[in-house]
Amino acid sequence: MTANISVEAALRLRFRRLVNRNFRVGLAFIAMFILLTINAALNPRFFTAPVLTSTSNQAMTLIFAGMAQTSVVVTGGIDLSVGPIISLTNSLASTLFPRNVPGGIGAIIVVLLAGALCGLVNGLIVVYGRLQPIIVTLATASIFGGIALYLRPTPGGFVPDWYNAVLTQRIFGLIPASLVFLLLVILVVWTPFRRSRLGMWVYATGSNEAATYMSGINVNRAKLAAYMMGGLLAAIAGLFITAQTQSGNASTGAVFTLQSIAVVVLGGTSLFGGSGGVSGTIAGGFTLRLISGILFFANVNPLQQPLWEGAVMLIAVVAGASRIFTVKNRLDILR
Amino acid sequence: MTTIAKSASSARSWFANMDSQNRSAVIAYLLIAVLIILGSIFVTPNFMTPTFLLQQLRQASFLGIIAAGQMVVILVGNIDLSVSWTLNLAAVVATAIAAGRNDLLIPGILAGLAIGAIVGLINGIGVAYLRIPSMVLTLGTNTVLKGIMVFYTGSAPQFQKTPDFLSYVATEIIGGVIPITVLVWAVVSIISIFVLHRSTLGRKIYAVGNNEVAAYLSGIRTPRVLVGAFVLSGVLNALAGLLIAGNAGRSFNEMGEPFLLPSIAAVVIGGTSILGGSGKYIGTIAGVIIIRLLDSGLSVMQVSPAARSIIFGLVILTMLFLYGRGEKARK
Amino acid sequence: MDTPPLLVQVTNVTKRFGGTVALNEASFACRHGSIHALVGENGAGKSTLVKMLAGVVVPDSGQIDINGQLSTMQSPADAARLGIVPVFQELSLMTSLTVAENVFISNPPHNRLGLVNQRKLRQQSEALFADLGFSHVDPDALVSELPLAQRQLVEIAKALSRHPQILIMDEGTSALAVHDVSLVFAVMRRMRDEGRSVIFISHRMDEVKEIADHLTIFRDGRNLGSFVTGEVNEGQMVQLMIGHSLEEVFPPKPEITAPRQPLLEVINLSWDNRLNNINLSVGKGEIVGLGGLDGQGQGELLFALFGLLNGITGQICIEGKPRHINSPSVAAKAGINLALIPEDRKTEGLILKMSVGNNVTMATIDELSRFGLIDERRELTTIQRVIQQMQVKVSTLKAPVNTLSGGNQQKVVIGKWLLTQAKLYLLHDPSRGIDVGTKQEIYRLIRELADQGAGILYFSTELAELVGMCDRVLIFYEGKVIRELVGAEITQQAIVSAGMGLNATVVEPIEK
Repeated sequence: MTANISVEAALRLRFRRLVNRNFRVGLAFIAMFILLTINAALNPRFFTAPVLTSTSNQAMTLIFAGMAQTSVVVTGGIDLSVGPIISLTNSLASTLFPRNVPGGIGAIIVVLLAGALCGLVNGLIVVYGRLQPIIVTLATASIFGGIALYLRPTPGGFVPDWYNAVLTQRIFGLIPASLVFLLLVILVVWTPFRRSRLGMWVYATGSNEAATYMSGINVNRAKLAAYMMGGLLAAIAGLFITAQTQSGNASTGAVFTLQSIAVVVLGGTSLFGGSGGVSGTIAGGFTLRLISGILFFANVNPLQQPLWEGAVMLIAVVAGASRIFTVKNRLDILR
Repeated sequence: MTTIAKSASSARSWFANMDSQNRSAVIAYLLIAVLIILGSIFVTPNFMTPTFLLQQLRQASFLGIIAAGQMVVILVGNIDLSVSWTLNLAAVVATAIAAGRNDLLIPGILAGLAIGAIVGLINGIGVAYLRIPSMVLTLGTNTVLKGIMVFYTGSAPQFQKTPDFLSYVATEIIGGVIPITVLVWAVVSIISIFVLHRSTLGRKIYAVGNNEVAAYLSGIRTPRVLVGAFVLSGVLNALAGLLIAGNAGRSFNEMGEPFLLPSIAAVVIGGTSILGGSGKYIGTIAGVIIIRLLDSGLSVMQVSPAARSIIFGLVILTMLFLYGRGEKARK
Repeated sequence: MDTPPLLVQVTNVTKRFGGTVALNEASFACRHGSIHALVGENGAGKSTLVKMLAGVVVPDSGQIDINGQLSTMQSPADAARLGIVPVFQELSLMTSLTVAENVFISNPPHNRLGLVNQRKLRQQSEALFADLGFSHVDPDALVSELPLAQRQLVEIAKALSRHPQILIMDEGTSALAVHDVSLVFAVMRRMRDEGRSVIFISHRMDEVKEIADHLTIFRDGRNLGSFVTGEVNEGQMVQLMIGHSLEEVFPPKPEITAPRQPLLEVINLSWDNRLNNINLSVGKGEIVGLGGLDGQGQGELLFALFGLLNGITGQICIEGKPRHINSPSVAAKAGINLALIPEDRKTEGLILKMSVGNNVTMATIDELSRFGLIDERRELTTIQRVIQQMQVKVSTLKAPVNTLSGGNQQKVVIGKWLLTQAKLYLLHDPSRGIDVGTKQEIYRLIRELADQGAGILYFSTELAELVGMCDRVLIFYEGKVIRELVGAEITQQAIVSAGMGLNATVVEPIEK
């Protein structure tokens, strides 16, 4: 009898924890599913391979940009150079790509390394210069943007068709390749990072840097790793948009800096660091992009799209602030 | 010889003993002097002439007014990312109401400034009472404002030409010497200096930026200070928007985009801490001028936009390191 | 004949923080297999010493030998390599990580690729907790989901998971429940029996007597002597710790000639189960102490009075008038005139980077202005008057307040409220981290304020202060006032026994 009660209590505790811990991320997924449903209701052809593929493609660069931002935000920092790194890697890819496949793979590797290097530079200045991330990455954003412009003063360049096909078409004519690519990036890049000791230390640093340092952990290395991961993921975003547009453009990434922050916030990751992750970010990215589909099929003036996107974001932000009304000690609000 | 050495060492100790906020401002003005000298040597001898410099100030005044508002928000430990579309909306509404007529200019201007104030009020309330991080909230309001603008101007084109008088104010150079916009910037600056360094509101702004809890526990109504900072920023953005529109002869979408990041950069180059609570207004003026001189010097030299962008980033980093080093030398 | 080297040997270390000397040529030794208590007043240098041993603070001069080897520790990681692991008073946990992750943060079980094995991590924590007797702590919980008392256990488990040769505890048991304290003591004894050592700071004398083998007394940054526990009695220890007897430290209490006029009356005040039907009053010129164990609602009462708590019920009357105080700005304004001297003056009382002068006028700047512009001349004379009255030692009024010593900083905090002509001072540990000399000045100042007609609510964690300063002491227990001690009843003995709920007679709520 008592055993039953305690089992039940334990289950209830587990459930309550599950809900509490994933509340914000859960909201992002609920929003995504609601929008998916509305999309499907408005467009009977929504769940066909071509429509799904194009929806997925439209969201993918933003999702990778958001993942890049997440990796830095988890440490309690912010990366205003996400957009310019996308521009830089896009410009670099468009100048490097040869026609043959082996050379193309080499180009991809170089581009990924370039992105990681950008992230490393951010990290080194933040960590060893002891400067605020927001202002450091504002400066490096200008530098990376300049390098992108140097690589590609005018839009253009060459991107082979096979590369576009591999990333943005369908596999067996059915599965959107971009979704598979996203899954691959999660499995090969993010999860190993998140589940490693280093990843744990990155989250620990974001949660309480002083405590992590006191625990004898190399906080600097954890931060460097997070910024490098941010650069690498931004390079992946750059590679994807290269496949999508099949050209290079030094200003292609600009919009993604602020949008990546928006997606992170929509995905329920705290800007103060230490919690959250890419699953919410991915839901946030799809949510933002699904809005345009709905507006299109609901015959809403396309000019309203930015307004709706902004409204959704503001609502998410205000909803996230609702806890303020339950605080009992006003000092807790300020601290 | 010894007197030189002595005066050099006394200059050094004067510099070392200075308040870090003042020292940052001195560094910034030294950089201006260096830029002017380098400019007159390598770019064009005109660089040192008053006409050229006043022309630069005229170009800088739009950013200067925006940076004044951005500085107040940064001083209270926040950031305003809604700069671009606040000024855009204010300018478009003002020109639409004025409809190109001088007699409707006053209502137009008032409406524009009111829009700035309302946006600032919304930002301020969200930050002060709902405790939404300003970076997220102002990003959100910026997106919504952009949405409103795109919808409003896109569906039915509005009257976007500015009244002649506004264009006159934004472009006229009195006696061929003093541009009116520089006067406007000067007035904004004088008010800013009084507010920040002489008024109770200024004292409270620095207190909140340094330690909101301690300020609150001293009986300061900190939420009002936060709201005040954002309203000030909103109104100044709107004012800048009107002048930018007047300068161009019309209002247009994305007119504010080039100003957001430079406004933050100017404040930081001027020695204000991005964490809030420390910085002198005089430094922000220097920051604005530095950005302007770099921009015009490099474009006169026909440096490619790519190199300009890189140099700009390096200058920000260099200034940050200089300020940071000063701080460490004191400890 | 070789004697084995001492486990810890600290020789003539000095450490300064700005103007204050935290450790002054202090020496200290601890042998293998010992539980060694450090005692002394707040600010005596104990915390600095243990931070030094933990690699958090680097000494300005002097030498530290661990196991006979000269140490050059620069970071906590260096200390950990020498087998020294600290548990600090300020909780140093990563609250958004799980308990298990926290405990094994520095070396989680992992595979060859560096991936953390979550299952093994949980098993390891469960095993460790079972071994320590902490089985009631759930390794899967996030630290933010745990009550404070359990977090402290996690902290201790985290330290022990690293098999320290030397465990350092700075008030490590202060937040623990009684049952958990005995668990921690058992662990400490086991470490000692294995030849490892524990160095701990405690302010609870009973605790020191129960668990420590050795004790070392610190005062003003110096070691005043190390003893085998039992070698010195409590009176001698107190004598050494404070340097003079209590009568010399505290100002004399005035004789009460006429009944005091009421200043503050609190009727049936409750909040969130942490304040339960509090009734109390403070008269003009009266110093009323808030005693009892830590965290029984004393701090919350001060917060409630100063308008910081949402959802309080009951009534607060100032000079007979019921007042609705919902923010500090209301609490501080004319007619109510409350002043809060908060617990942590560095983060709550002062704006450290702003000048001494700006801090002094922080609460009254509106009154020193005309049309919103500050009247600088009047501000300056006001500041000078306060600085002189409070005898704040400062070179220039423009100096940032963080260049002052702790005691002078506290004078600035009090001076700020002198200017508002506060009628009722809410003091939260006002002498914390202040040197003995300045403490005395602050005590005298507080008594002067009372003599001039102000009322004072005095919450202190130091028994001697309550005894030496207060005209009346209210004992708190679980959010209730359970006992009132007046005049000669106020003894350390009485406060302690009442605080633990002995001889409890609950003060009945007033029927409305």
